[in-house]
Amino acid sequence: MALKRVVVTGMGAVSPFGRGIDALRDGLLENRSAITKISDLHQIKGLRCHVAGLVTGIDPKEIPRKFRRTMSKMSVYATLAAQDALNDAGVSRDCCSQGRLGLVIGSTIGSVHTIQNFFEDFLKDYSLERIKSTLFFQIMGHSCAANVAQALGITGPILAPSAACSTGCQAVGYGYEMIRTGQEEMMLCGGADEFHPLTAATFDIMNAASTHFNDEPFKTPRPFDLKRDGVVCSEGSGVLFLESLDSARRRKTKIYAEILGFATNSDVSNIANPDPGSLELCMRKALLNSGLQSEQIDYINAHATGTIQGDAAEAKAIQNIFGNSVAVSSLKGHLGHTMAASGALELIATILMLEQKKIIGTLNLEEVDPECAKINHIGEIEEYPLTIALKNNFALGGVNSTVILRRYKDD
Amino acid sequence: MTDQEVIDLINRSLAEEFELDLEKMVPEANLYEDLGLDSLDAVDMVIVLETAFNFKIRDNDAIKSIRTLGDLYNFVIEKKKKLEAAE
Repeated sequence: MALKRVVVTGMGAVSPFGRGIDALRDGLLENRSAITKISDLHQIKGLRCHVAGLVTGIDPKEIPRKFRRTMSKMSVYATLAAQDALNDAGVSRDCCSQGRLGLVIGSTIGSVHTIQNFFEDFLKDYSLERIKSTLFFQIMGHSCAANVAQALGITGPILAPSAACSTGCQAVGYGYEMIRTGQEEMMLCGGADEFHPLTAATFDIMNAASTHFNDEPFKTPRPFDLKRDGVVCSEGSGVLFLESLDSARRRKTKIYAEILGFATNSDVSNIANPDPGSLELCMRKALLNSGLQSEQIDYINAHATGTIQGDAAEAKAIQNIFGNSVAVSSLKGHLGHTMAASGALELIATILMLEQKKIIGTLNLEEVDPECAKINHIGEIEEYPLTIALKNNFALGGVNSTVILRRYKDD
Repeated sequence: MTDQEVIDLINRSLAEEFELDLEKMVPEANLYEDLGLDSLDAVDMVIVLETAFNFKIRDNDAIKSIRTLGDLYNFVIEKKKKLEAAE
């Protein structure tokens, strides 16, 4: 069976910089931080991280009530991003309903806000009499995928991978594999998450959330920096429209990038702390699947969330394969960690970098930690002869993922 | 509570829950064909009314035959009268 080439022809983003690819591009190229102090968080006992990157400036009422009633925020973000990706790709509503378009969109978990609201009411008197019919659709594991499919009328296969911070990257990878092997021709792929204090607490409990910059939120997270002190949680959704190169050529549509390879693996050394060897294996597997040598990679968009252990492990894994020859940066300093959306949003940003032949350096990287120093850090926005980029995402639970893509060239 | 106050409370409650245009909420409006509600909304409508009027109607078979807002007004007015008479 001849494998198909897979390209990205549409992108949609709802990020802490707002709605749309332009907002994301502008925020990154202006080297801004989307992290702010969230006033409510200091009221939560035991939570030491009071900063986050929240989505503002969207209007959920763009989505008809019939579809919106079963959505929590994460599904709203995913639906708007998916709609924008479809529009960007120039794909009509008819195409969605013909079974030719599939969907892979995941989140870390169903809506914690909705679960909280349910239990607040339920525990008053252990009554289920006030529970509305739309509750389940907001808390089920495939809430985003199902809601996006319903709202956009997508009748092809739908998948809802859930691998925390690897979700978005895995979704793109799975969509890529389905098109590459000829099972599907077009796939909408991405991830979404909504912020809840429990997300920040999850990291804070493990001493992996940023807690020292509550009064200077723009200074955190600090990937690879000596003063980094942990993750800053954010929210949003990124969705990419993938299709076979044959399909894109037939449609004569704009091609942003070509996906060359994908790999995912499981790190069983520890459920919370990444092992450099496992991360290295994931990247090596992606290189092998792409048919590329390490020397052919121009840029690595690191997962690097700003945790002490995670950044050091990733730097070590990158060093083992690439030495200090490949440019590396992380976008967490700008966006925070958008969780299940991060893989997709950062892939979109990487495509924007490939397009513009510019690397957006790591924000807040002022003094590189010696533990992370043996790789080629980019700390500013630099013109760069970019052709091929490698994108990493690593998740709690030991799920690693890597996607390799290149600026499209008509060959 | 007068009958008109009951009708106003029904209209306000349903308009808020289902984002309905109050001008379209006339007695002859069909809940499904004119106001666009469906089976999930019908379930939630019962919960909204139970909360607004502090009564239980979920297991009342008569609610299944309600088609128009007028039917609903009459049903709720009758239900309230029965409850008041029983007090």
